[in-house]
Amino acid sequence: MLNIKNLNVKLDDEDKQILKGVDLEIKGGEVHAIMGPNGSGKSTLSYVLSGKDGYEVTEGTATLEGIDLLEMEPEERAAAGLFLAFQYPVEIPGVGNMTFLRTAVNSQLKARGEEEMSAAEFLKVVRAKAKALKIDADMLKRPVNMGFSGGEKKRNEILQMAMLEPKMCILDETDSGLDVDAMKLVAEGVNALRSEGRGFLVITHYQRLLDHIKPDVVHIMADGRIVKSGGPELALEVENNGYADILAEVA
Amino acid sequence: MTALAEKTDPTEAMITAHSVTFSGWSKSAREDALMRLRKMGLPDRRDEYWKYTRPDSLTQATAPTAAIFQNDEPPLFGEMDRLKIVFVDGVFDAAASDDLALEGITIERLATAQSDLHWARDVYGVLESHGQSPVARPLAALNTALATDGVLIHVSRTPSKPINLIYTHNSDTSDAILHHCIKLDPGTEVTLLENGPAAARFNKVIEVEVGNTASFNHIRAQGRDHERRAATHIFGRLGTESEFKSFTLTVNGVMTRNEVVLELTGDDAKAHVAGACVGDGEFHHDDTVFITHDAVNCESRQVFKKVLRNGAVGVFQGKILVKADAQKTDGYQISQSLLLDEDSQFLAKPELEIYADDVICSHGSTSGAIDEDALFYLRARGISKGDATDLLTLSFLAEAVEEIEAETLKEEILERLTGWLARRRS
Ligand SMILES: Nc1ncnc2c1ncn2[C@@H]1O[C@H](COP(=O)(O)OP(=O)(O)OP(=O)(O)O)[C@@H](O)[C@H]1O
Ligand SMILES: [Mg+2]
Repeated sequence: MLNIKNLNVKLDDEDKQILKGVDLEIKGGEVHAIMGPNGSGKSTLSYVLSGKDGYEVTEGTATLEGIDLLEMEPEERAAAGLFLAFQYPVEIPGVGNMTFLRTAVNSQLKARGEEEMSAAEFLKVVRAKAKALKIDADMLKRPVNMGFSGGEKKRNEILQMAMLEPKMCILDETDSGLDVDAMKLVAEGVNALRSEGRGFLVITHYQRLLDHIKPDVVHIMADGRIVKSGGPELALEVENNGYADILAEVA
Repeated sequence: MTALAEKTDPTEAMITAHSVTFSGWSKSAREDALMRLRKMGLPDRRDEYWKYTRPDSLTQATAPTAAIFQNDEPPLFGEMDRLKIVFVDGVFDAAASDDLALEGITIERLATAQSDLHWARDVYGVLESHGQSPVARPLAALNTALATDGVLIHVSRTPSKPINLIYTHNSDTSDAILHHCIKLDPGTEVTLLENGPAAARFNKVIEVEVGNTASFNHIRAQGRDHERRAATHIFGRLGTESEFKSFTLTVNGVMTRNEVVLELTGDDAKAHVAGACVGDGEFHHDDTVFITHDAVNCESRQVFKKVLRNGAVGVFQGKILVKADAQKTDGYQISQSLLLDEDSQFLAKPELEIYADDVICSHGSTSGAIDEDALFYLRARGISKGDATDLLTLSFLAEAVEEIEAETLKEEILERLTGWLARRRS
């Protein structure tokens, strides 16, 4: 599904290399987790995959189901099935959350040549999914993420994911800022979407989320590379001992 | 020598080009205005109040030509039950207008209102001349002196429907001067709708006397013609617990100067002035607002948003003057521009002048491009760059459009803005 080979990325306007040869393969139905120290390049990887400006790929490839992601516009990547739950969801004054969601869903349907959702149908679906995430009607009416608490913003990301039903979901620290109950809600939202044809890449600092969303593989990223991969026990090791041992071992 | 000097003087040239015969009840007001105009002279480039807007094309004796624009959109307010009054290039069109009769109000034309003791004597040129201090507004004095027509509306009871002034532009050299007076008796309400480009060049003054607890609601749209020019003034005087609300939509237009001059003279009055303008290329739009608080516990709001691209220019000069006795004043002023490229500019001069000590006044002015983070967020959800840009542009304009109370009118205005954006995509 998602194939990343020797991905090297530098900043556009600075001579600063951030990703230094990332290799990663995620198959349909799999959940991979990436952990790693602050500043190691985890968010950068997610931004480069989703097409944010400001980065230059100097080497390597990234494909989704064989299609070259790096050549596409961000909206084309989204329509192709890539989804990023942002580490810092953006507040957009003046754009209603509902309008935003509906425009997004219909833009993707249209781009894929499918029929757009009617207003009534959309409303029905969004209400049901919002309810499951305990997002109330008022939050749907407000401008996108405006005045949302940290946890509400993260839940709103998951709602978008649930509405868009992407093939490949990247979650960048969706657990940070969540209370215990909200974390469960988010995990349930993710687990409900787990299926054969869908892959997940979960970026997190904490083992806790991985108790709820069981990963198949855990990767450790440091200084722009994946330095170690293993099973769920790797996350426990990080939780207990930090990164020092792992980094020393691979150095 | 004198004759020669007069001939080359732009003020005299303008007066000569627009001479009208003074008679009847408005004669003395017109004479007075003419005298004032001669004394102050038309504005020129050195005039501080015209620092950001070149007055030349508004002050030259004849109007620069303006091609007529074929507007393919259905007319604004077309679905509403309203009383239509049509002017074509500044000339009243009786056939296209409704009967000037509506229960609760009297409507007369300035050109034909004859009675010697006309109520409008207390308004015509009175609010305008009062509004000449502390800043001179020569184009308004010119208007009072030389207006060819207009409507005089006296509201003694709240009418059942809005009054819609429709200004059609049919000649590429027309130079129209219209002057309207509106008087709202205490406790009455009226909605005035205005739409259309009016003429190649349009000089318009509205004077509004809002009686105690009365409410004046004004929505205007200045047409879609690219080459038309307009210099407009609204002078308003607000009584106790009265309300004044005005919203202006400007789409295109090579030159627009909209001045609003309000005085809150009765306690607990409210004045809201808002505008949304969108310009592309040859577009210069100037909102100049002067609000004087001269009573206790009054509220005023100014909300202006401008979307500019391809070298379009937006200007905002807004002032809140709070006199010493105007305690508990609540004044708010915001002017913002969204620059869609680096060629466009926004020039703003927000001013507060406060002599009372117990007031809340805030003002802000910003100028910026589309928020890149927001744009990426929308695109990452599958919304195309064009759609995302339009969505953000409309959301930028929303705060001004939100000032319109009536939901249907708000939607109509939003539709026009959406249409403008859509046309720029195809
Ligand atoms: N646009 C940018 N300008 C300057 N530096 C940048 C930019 N984007 C990323 N960086 C730098 O690249 C490095 C990796 O950042 P990134 O956000 O990918 O880290 P991260 O692994 O997500 O960290 P965290 O765990 O704190 O979220 C950091 O040193 C960061 O400062
Ligand atoms: Mg990060």
